[in-house]
Amino acid sequence: MRGKCLNMVHELARKDERIVFLGSDLGFGTLKKFREELPERFIMEGINEAHAIGMAAGLAFDGRIVYVNTIATFLTRRCFEQVALDLCLHKADVRLIGNGGGLVYAPLGSTHLAIEDIAIFRALPNMAIVAVADAEEMERMMPQTVDWPGPLYIRLAKGYDPIVSDPAIPFVLGKGMEIRRGTDALILCTGVTLGPAKAAADELAGEGISCSILHMHTVKPFDAELFLDMARGVRAVVSVEEHTVVGGLGGAAAELLAETPFARQPRFKRLGIPDIFPDKYGTQNQLMSRFGIDQKAVTEAVKGLLA
Amino acid sequence: MRQTVCVETQPGGLTPLDDRGRKLRRDVVEIFEHSRRGHVGSTFSLIEIVRVLYDDILRIDPRNPRDPKRDRFILSKGHGCLALYVVLADKGFFPAGELCRFCAYDGILGGHPEAGKVPGVEASTGALGHGLSIGVGMAVSARMDKRDSRVYVAMGDGEINEGSVWEAALSAGNRGLDNLWAIVDYNKQQSYDTTFEVQNLEPLADKWRAFGFAVTEVDGHDLRALREAFKKPLEPGKPTCVICHTVKGKGYVPSENNLAWHHKSKFTDEDMAGLRAAFPLKEGA
Repeated sequence: MRGKCLNMVHELARKDERIVFLGSDLGFGTLKKFREELPERFIMEGINEAHAIGMAAGLAFDGRIVYVNTIATFLTRRCFEQVALDLCLHKADVRLIGNGGGLVYAPLGSTHLAIEDIAIFRALPNMAIVAVADAEEMERMMPQTVDWPGPLYIRLAKGYDPIVSDPAIPFVLGKGMEIRRGTDALILCTGVTLGPAKAAADELAGEGISCSILHMHTVKPFDAELFLDMARGVRAVVSVEEHTVVGGLGGAAAELLAETPFARQPRFKRLGIPDIFPDKYGTQNQLMSRFGIDQKAVTEAVKGLLA
Repeated sequence: MRQTVCVETQPGGLTPLDDRGRKLRRDVVEIFEHSRRGHVGSTFSLIEIVRVLYDDILRIDPRNPRDPKRDRFILSKGHGCLALYVVLADKGFFPAGELCRFCAYDGILGGHPEAGKVPGVEASTGALGHGLSIGVGMAVSARMDKRDSRVYVAMGDGEINEGSVWEAALSAGNRGLDNLWAIVDYNKQQSYDTTFEVQNLEPLADKWRAFGFAVTEVDGHDLRALREAFKKPLEPGKPTCVICHTVKGKGYVPSENNLAWHHKSKFTDEDMAGLRAAFPLKEGA
């Protein structure tokens, strides 16, 4: 997914001279071809994220569209004030590409996990947040990032993630994606959790439970209209995200559910990382299972709410 | 041992103000008549720096403030905004009548300057340590376009305690941005105490040199010295740092080097009477 995303930046930059790439001490050889082909628009900064964001803003104020790339947690925790003021306050056309959203860097520990990145950026006016499900969806999404008005955070998954997206459903940045419509429960997901959401819905269908799936790739702006429309027809809503349950996808859903009058209020459950720093290493999948961000947990949550 | 700053012996301390210097300070006092608040010391130390840039250096057109070919000025020490506002109004970027609505509910001139609200303001500043990075981005952008635009960033001495300033300085030096000026308003006072007491910056010129800047030190109230420092890069292939030795609160004796006048949230009638007397509405009145 990361490779696809960065290669798309290169491809888009070939067609649009406004596009600039700015990395922060990325891995050796990253976007080598971009650098060779368009050296004047390839910038590699050091390990100085706060400065890099301000610099990107300065470039964007001149009408450029700047794609910034480094590890997600350093784009969200390290330079929050620069993102808030230099980017969001100015509505700067800067795209923040965050490597390793969620539990990708499980073996590296809490310093490298971006488990509250969505919550951090959700709180910022003018910021948009997108987490696609796989590399193919990334390819459909990236051209739409060029003319997106204002700053945009692109949360990357591990890479070589299973292809679970459906090219037949049009991708529209800024809108939710209705994967299927059911009658009993709604599974709300973002990013790679589309996979377990679909698997759980299939499993539940085999047991006679009909599920809707809403893939909220764009967490902000949150497509409230579609979400509430899909929530109105069911008895249970389960959100599942590779992120803390505080303030992310489930948080956004909870806010809307709590404030919206329903003829019959659906029961609601958030699945995600509890309010802790993960206490184990291992692999991303091991931590996902530990925290109940998988097919099994979704299935059980839906059944539990419907019981 | 505690170091104090003496107006009489510090650079700029005895430099006289000319009519325009007094007029711009009077414009600030008129703002205070309405707002009864503002950063006094930070503004008065900065006025000559901003004035020289807008009078003699920056290629800008108030009728076309977004001209891509223009030079850029970023007031990174956003709390000194009154110096910028009176000069921008004087140049015609916005009607001078706006000045009396400083910090007003529906005014455009806040306690820190915001781009998009105030014509001529390039970047919203106020949180310290942001401007130089933005300036690096603008300077690199000018290079990409092969424009000869220059970028001037004014910072406070307290501001450069911020680590992000030195991240930006490292980048600017390594990139050899000779279209970029880092201007330090070195009045030797920060909010709590002198810079020597709170966070000593010395040897300051050596620090900037070590980061790849060509450095000059000037009396920050000497118009000729400021013009000389801003008119062309000191060395080809290097960004320029101009350390401006200034007097905090310059021009109004009670505010000079007086930490109590760094920021006033409520001027007393006595404060206002003193300021009015120092900068009368009509010269000689």
